[in-house]
Amino acid sequence: MEMVANFISDVSANPLFYLLAFVTIASALCVVTLKNIFHSALCLILTLFSVAGLYILLHAEFLAVAQVLIYVGAVSILLIFAIMLTSQLASRKIVQSNEQVTVAIFVCFLFLLVSIGSLFNTYWNGINAPLPDNNILTIGILLMTDYVLPFEVVSIVMLAALIGAIVLAREERS
Amino acid sequence: MELTGIFKYLYELLAATGLPEVWVDIIALIAAGVIVFGFLALVALFLVWLERKFAGHAQQRPGPMRTGWHGWRQTIADAIKLLQKEDIRPTLVDRFVYFWAPVVVFVAAFMAYVVIPFGEGLIVSDLNVGILYVVAITSFTVIGMLMAGWGSNNKYSLLGGMRSAAQVVSYEIPMVIAICSVILFVGSLSMVDIVQSQAKIYQWYVFRLPFGPIAFIIYLIAGTAETNRTPFDLPEAEQELVAGFNTEYSGMKFAMFFLAEFVNMFTVSAIGATLFLGGWQGPLLPSWMWFLGKTMFLVLVLMLFRWTFPRLRVDQLMEFAWKTLIPFAFVNLILAAVMKYSGWFNW
Repeated sequence: MEMVANFISDVSANPLFYLLAFVTIASALCVVTLKNIFHSALCLILTLFSVAGLYILLHAEFLAVAQVLIYVGAVSILLIFAIMLTSQLASRKIVQSNEQVTVAIFVCFLFLLVSIGSLFNTYWNGINAPLPDNNILTIGILLMTDYVLPFEVVSIVMLAALIGAIVLAREERS
Repeated sequence: MELTGIFKYLYELLAATGLPEVWVDIIALIAAGVIVFGFLALVALFLVWLERKFAGHAQQRPGPMRTGWHGWRQTIADAIKLLQKEDIRPTLVDRFVYFWAPVVVFVAAFMAYVVIPFGEGLIVSDLNVGILYVVAITSFTVIGMLMAGWGSNNKYSLLGGMRSAAQVVSYEIPMVIAICSVILFVGSLSMVDIVQSQAKIYQWYVFRLPFGPIAFIIYLIAGTAETNRTPFDLPEAEQELVAGFNTEYSGMKFAMFFLAEFVNMFTVSAIGATLFLGGWQGPLLPSWMWFLGKTMFLVLVLMLFRWTFPRLRVDQLMEFAWKTLIPFAFVNLILAAVMKYSGWFNW
């Protein structure tokens, strides 16, 4: 508890945190409320980018860059690409409607409660320890020692996806 | 911050005025930004001129000749013309997206220069994620292009934007893998570390046989595709798409796209020089001259590509990325790992 409180007071001392938090929340709200699905996708990019900013405030530069590289650079682009390919969605005449606002708000509220609950019930290992000089080196060493099994499993899944993409591309021609 | 030379002088000058440290930091950073921006704007103007002259001579004609010596004032005149032009906005564009698209492309083009080492100590900030930061931040260019393509409400723009997205996402993979094989050898993502590991000419990664030259060629091809230059200029194929994603833009907004394109070309060359040609390392001459010389060499190679190769077809483009470059890049990465592990060429 005390560690979390210390941590929160550390973060909340930085005015940039409030700016980033505001942008994150505002753009996230835009994602679900805007009528135009393309605008929603752009707002999602802004949300993901400002989350990357929050990571930088926490001195997790590698995580921030990975966030931008994967979510902004690849996932969002594919999302926009899919919107553009769906000709009916791309025309501005079709507006997005959400008929489950009440249910969604309720579920979000529940999720908020769960998040806050788990925030205060987690033992934050090493939160008071000073950061290592070279974050990335430490991450790399951890991935190759303590977390080598999950790391390898993820690698194989990704390799399978990549080979799958190549196979699909090859089939199309014949 | 690692600032030397002009930056350090500026920093000390500001510190001497007795301002609070926060303000000195902020002013020094803004000054560094303005210097880098001014330098890049000049470089872009020069590159536009160079491209025209190169195109001219490649096609057996002199290129611009009338304004100034060999037409050196031509791009300045063009820049002034673009500044004065009326900003035409079609009625049915998506105003918000249409307005912000050139801004996103323009800013993304300049963001990479935070970590590019122009010379020994001449770097705005030596981030520990260096090269990965460049790869991540340049992906914003695609988003800007997609915004321009979609926001313009024009089918040619839309097609151009979609082609650029498909192309850049595909070619990013071999490019990152080629960069990875260099990172593997350096053992660090920091741009300064990468340059420092190539102190001698035989240590340049392009000369580390056999993986170096292959990685360099893959990087150069993928880099050409990332900057949407011929033979990979499908997003703006003039004969098919009018002008591609920027068809509906005019005046200053068009100029921003145009400038960003040349800045991106310079970025790809600068990163290539840093990763494979030893960056600012070199004897006798000052380090920044070596950096600029190597970068300009790569710029000329990219220009040579543009004026000597015909454009690829869409399906050829995708096949080339997925069936040729990516498998080669992966095999090359494994080769690099084996070399690193066995200590072969590990000087």
